[in-house]
Amino acid sequence: MSIKANYLGMPLSIDELDGENLAYFKHCAAHDFHLQLCVSCNLLRYPPTTACPWCMRAEAQWVPVEGKGAVHAYTEVHHAIQPAFKAATPYLVLLVDLDTQNGKPSAHEALRVVGNLTTPDGQLAPADMVKRVGIGTRVRMVFSDVAPGLALPQWTIDAEAAQPQPWRYPEE
Amino acid sequence: MPLATDIDTSSPKHLRDKYAIIGVGETSYTRGSGMTTRALGTWAVRNAIEDAGLRPADIDGMLSYQSGDSTFAPFIAGDLGIRLNFYMDVFGGGSSTEALIGMAMGVIEAGMCKTVVLFRAMNGFSQVRIGGTGARSAVPISGDMLHSRTYGWQSAGQLFSFTFLRHMYDYGTTPAQVAAVRVAHSQHASNNPKAYYQRRLTVEDVLASRIICKPLHLLDCCVETDNATAVIVSSAARARDGRQPRVLIRGVAGRVCKPRVDMHYQHGPISSVAGKYAREILWPNSGVGPEDVDVTGSYDAFTFTTMLQLEDYGFCKKGEGGQYVSDGTICLGGRRPNNTSGGHLCEGYTHGMNMVIENVRQLRHEVDDSCPIGADGKRQHTYDYREGGCRQVKQCEVTANLGWAMPGTGSAMVMRRD
Repeated sequence: MSIKANYLGMPLSIDELDGENLAYFKHCAAHDFHLQLCVSCNLLRYPPTTACPWCMRAEAQWVPVEGKGAVHAYTEVHHAIQPAFKAATPYLVLLVDLDTQNGKPSAHEALRVVGNLTTPDGQLAPADMVKRVGIGTRVRMVFSDVAPGLALPQWTIDAEAAQPQPWRYPEE
Repeated sequence: MPLATDIDTSSPKHLRDKYAIIGVGETSYTRGSGMTTRALGTWAVRNAIEDAGLRPADIDGMLSYQSGDSTFAPFIAGDLGIRLNFYMDVFGGGSSTEALIGMAMGVIEAGMCKTVVLFRAMNGFSQVRIGGTGARSAVPISGDMLHSRTYGWQSAGQLFSFTFLRHMYDYGTTPAQVAAVRVAHSQHASNNPKAYYQRRLTVEDVLASRIICKPLHLLDCCVETDNATAVIVSSAARARDGRQPRVLIRGVAGRVCKPRVDMHYQHGPISSVAGKYAREILWPNSGVGPEDVDVTGSYDAFTFTTMLQLEDYGFCKKGEGGQYVSDGTICLGGRRPNNTSGGHLCEGYTHGMNMVIENVRQLRHEVDDSCPIGADGKRQHTYDYREGGCRQVKQCEVTANLGWAMPGTGSAMVMRRD
């Protein structure tokens, strides 16, 4: 069954044929992050795909994955392109290395999951929180609820983790 | 010409020097063309045909690229009275130019047609904004876009910035070093009467401009313009009959990708770009290396893209791109000028074709600057690169174009003067 929803004024939809995205976001809606695990080579992959990037096998199982990791790179957007984000500037888009499967199957590979920096309840982070995050910051996954069967995985500062001094863009 | 001996004989290079760019043309670069992409495309293709000294009946192949924002080959062919034996309209943006030139060579080699014109026509400012504002920013989000646009991660600058910022982190590259790309291209554009922005800028100007998305300042980003561009590819043998000095194609690499090109950030180092792979095709096929190149055309959608590509194609050591683009090498009068027209940052945004056109003119030794035209009808180049002066590079023999679609995909081409 297809999903039609609205997030920050943006129309979102998942077609009924799009089984991979329906499954991915269904787990997110339950606040229980899952990724596809290849039944042949036992590697997780992100984002959802229709076959394994390492062995071509189509069959995969959805398995729970711990939503913890460290910021690999980010952009801090001051000039929003989409109308939905204009009121939220500056906002952060984070590329996060999951701890799970980091450095596998080769040294420079990782499950790098995109999301915004948000508050623990999934609201886009305020400016004073944005300033505290950079490369290396430990983050944990939270969710922005959108509609039945659809929540977006997001990132917030992991208050329980030991935090390194993050690397921030220098011209500040 | 000072070419190295062949450095790789692992595969036959039957097409090296067998094809040529025989005509180039473009429209004005404006913000507000006041005409359709069909009219723009027709204008540019006609200019290229006239530049080559051909008649419409001499053209029998046509290729174009676009992103749902332009006219199609049959309309340009119809407007100019061209009967086609072959055409394709391809979905694609940056890095399509070099890739389609390679495809044109293959199509001619297969005997499907004899002379191919490629065009890109776009109202990138007044109709479909290339920066992604306007209609493109408000489309419904579904499928693979659910993992990007939902996060306000949509425009080219937003999508590429992970690579740009990570390069700063990995190698200590500074905003001032990268700003030097804009400075160099602005100096080049000041000697290009058709450039949209002709004012010379300083590093301080770039750093003082507002942040769009870190690490990009406004002046790290290219200009959105309305324009069309065209180049004509034919065999080197047919090029002998042309009006222009022959510009031969040494080798092409087309839309070479990093692994996991669906979401290339999965496979690091993310501070490397597709040129790292493309160079393994480009240099062996061309039989030259970076040291043999006199002029580069490294795609400058952003200052960072120029720097990253020059580095990954081997013009400097990995990690030293910031130094390379800020030490004068890429300026007119330097060892290896880049984007002597001003490129996308200053001349106008064309999805890469204006950089090929510029290098063709450099190799003809007939760049259209403000130098006087002599009694023989040719420009008398002064090689004085001060503002408003010359932009012809002395003894330009070999050029390299490095096209960019995104960090994970790029194309390239080496050309030489006959």
